Amino acid sequence: MAIPIAYNLRNLVVRKTTTLMTAVGVGLTVAVLVADLALVEGLRTAFKATGHPLQLVVMRKGSNAELNSAITREALQILKAKPGFAVNGVGEAMISPETLTIVNLPSVDSPDGMNLTTRALSQAGVEMRGAKILQGRWFQPGRREVVVGKSVAKRYPNAQPGKLVRFGRGEWEVVGVFDAGESAFNSEIWGELNQVGADFNRQDTVSSVLVRAGDSATFQALANSLNDDRQLGVNVVSEREYYERQTSAGAPLQFIGLLVAVIMAVGSSFAAMNTMYAAVARRAKEIGTLRVLGFSRGSILLSFLIESLLLALIGGVFGCLIALPLNGVTTGIGSFATFSEIAFDFRVSPSTMGAGIIFALVVGVIGGLFPAGSAARKEILTALREI
Amino acid sequence: MNVINYLPLITKNSFRNRRRSALTIGSLMVSLCLLVLLMAMYKALFYGSEQTPAQAVRIMMRHKVSLAQPLPLAYEAKIRQVPGVKAVTVRQWFGGTYRDAREQRNFFARFGVRPRDLFIAYPEYVIPEEQKQAFERERTGCVASKALADKFGWQPGERITLVGDIFPTTLELKLAGVFEEPNKFEMLYFNWDYLRDGLKAAGTLDLDFTSQYLVLADSPDNVPRVVKAIDDTFDNSPFPTRTESEQAFFLSFVSFLGNLKLFLLAIGGAVTFTILLVSANTLSMSVRERIREVGVLKTLGFTPGTIFGVLLGEGMMVAFIGGVLGCALAEGFCVMLRNAPIPMPQLRVMNVTPLIVSISLLIALLVGLLSAMVPAAGAARRPILDSLRHTG
Repeated sequence: MAIPIAYNLRNLVVRKTTTLMTAVGVGLTVAVLVADLALVEGLRTAFKATGHPLQLVVMRKGSNAELNSAITREALQILKAKPGFAVNGVGEAMISPETLTIVNLPSVDSPDGMNLTTRALSQAGVEMRGAKILQGRWFQPGRREVVVGKSVAKRYPNAQPGKLVRFGRGEWEVVGVFDAGESAFNSEIWGELNQVGADFNRQDTVSSVLVRAGDSATFQALANSLNDDRQLGVNVVSEREYYERQTSAGAPLQFIGLLVAVIMAVGSSFAAMNTMYAAVARRAKEIGTLRVLGFSRGSILLSFLIESLLLALIGGVFGCLIALPLNGVTTGIGSFATFSEIAFDFRVSPSTMGAGIIFALVVGVIGGLFPAGSAARKEILTALREI
Repeated sequence: MNVINYLPLITKNSFRNRRRSALTIGSLMVSLCLLVLLMAMYKALFYGSEQTPAQAVRIMMRHKVSLAQPLPLAYEAKIRQVPGVKAVTVRQWFGGTYRDAREQRNFFARFGVRPRDLFIAYPEYVIPEEQKQAFERERTGCVASKALADKFGWQPGERITLVGDIFPTTLELKLAGVFEEPNKFEMLYFNWDYLRDGLKAAGTLDLDFTSQYLVLADSPDNVPRVVKAIDDTFDNSPFPTRTESEQAFFLSFVSFLGNLKLFLLAIGGAVTFTILLVSANTLSMSVRERIREVGVLKTLGFTPGTIFGVLLGEGMMVAFIGGVLGCALAEGFCVMLRNAPIPMPQLRVMNVTPLIVSISLLIALLVGLLSAMVPAAGAARRPILDSLRHTG
């Protein structure tokens, strides 16, 4: 027969100071872990949601990033002649030649300047990404105008509608803020293809070409025909994969966070063990009594283990609560693939919190197992005689 | 109160419940080890390894935006004219792919340099003379840092192929030598002229650029002046520059990784608070068990002040032992990380300095003191009769 859980709950309440201190210790450990996971998940979401499943990024053979790629006008003409592209409402093939550069602007975190990807594209490119204007309007062809992603507007004091930003050969007016859903594009500045290209002396080449296949059946065929064309000299990756690969930018922070959480967990397990040993020592007589009443060694073991798990659970919940306010906080991380900053939000999701709770329970099991074992091993008579 | 006289009593008390002391010390040890590691990490990231006299005069100059942007070669002569500049050489960033780019492991820094200049600018690089000469002699030669060579198991003579991405050329390199370098960075240097040969063959017309200039100042004191003078010279050109001391250059890489300072401080705070909780919890448990004993001590003539002091001493002793062990554990960690395949090579130079040890021991003592305050005051204040009557 099992000892009622109410017994454990009351015991935790009776020793409320000790319970609270141990639980807060476990909670802080969990909070560190949840915060770390929330950061990684936020970054992953930003990249994962980026890209249309039927779209391909075309870059020069050997290039792994758009920034390092160059595609000539002749190659672009060959590419346009290929079959298999999707067409938009007005019957044009969905092909968007784009030029990437980096501009350096002061951000809230680094007043010395942080790099931002600046993408020069045509209206087709905007449509293929499904971006919407949030504030102001889109850039007009033939004018020195740019629009900024919503994360850029949030983190860069100079990148606001109505203000001027300096890059290339002069100043550009920010005329709008766009929203590209949950994607890395929100960390970019967009301008008109020919305007920006001219400023960087890149009229003859573009960096990359974004194309959309007609349907999933032609997708692979299109990718192969582009990849295999020696005259073209390009390689293509699916847009989804291209952005997912960049999640590795978060690897260093993830590494430190996990290392810290694991070390802290060892410390908190010891602390939980201490608390549980004290609980067992204080309740020796009670344990004896329970045994006299007929509870088996197994139920004693289980009971103390449950108590330890409850203690850890309180800690786990507390830890999640501490980490919860981080949800939605925007931060930025540099990516060496693009040499520029990606802004993203911490995401404290049910799964990160679930991981935190499981982590807490593991601490609880490790901390409770040995004390519960020692409680179960007590002989009835010696236990009753203890004071 | 003479502390020395009470030391045996404090020691005995600290270890009356061996298991509890061991667990508490274990918990404090791990947490303090973490605190030491965080401090070492902070130091490694934001201060790097000790600045050598050679490093103090090195200045890195690059395009204002990034390492991937080129600077015209014509700048070299202009830089040389800036007062305080002793020498200038090129350092060409070559992105490219080694084996499979999708694997993070295959990413390391690759620079085209003038072989003769490299070892003048970096006197701390240790390399056998014949390997150095081989690098200067062979156009396709390259040298790798020991950290990098060890990672891939390269021996001199190894063929290394780097497929260009920024540049439309493929480098077929032969490892001429391996150099020791204090920062444990993973880097490879090859002959800049070999890259230019390849580019010429690929039909690139404009070869007169480099991604970086490495400038040597004539004295460390002149560095700030030289840095400013260079940036001022090129400020309004189509290729604005960012010039900084080598140390500042490394720091800009670190700031690129995100807001690490805040991250480390937040974790450090959480850890310290956890230690405080663990220590306070243990002490109050231990004092609660000894209420009667404290009553006996009082009847023997111990004053409340003495009892307060003895209990504080107990807290500090346990915390101090935890601190010492924590420092030792942290040192072990650092030694382990020195050769580990981790995503942050900067952390390989982490070390536990005397300053970090003193700070963490101080924190340990302080935590011991603070955590013992409340239970010790309670025990000291409790009337004798109450204490003696106490059961539990």
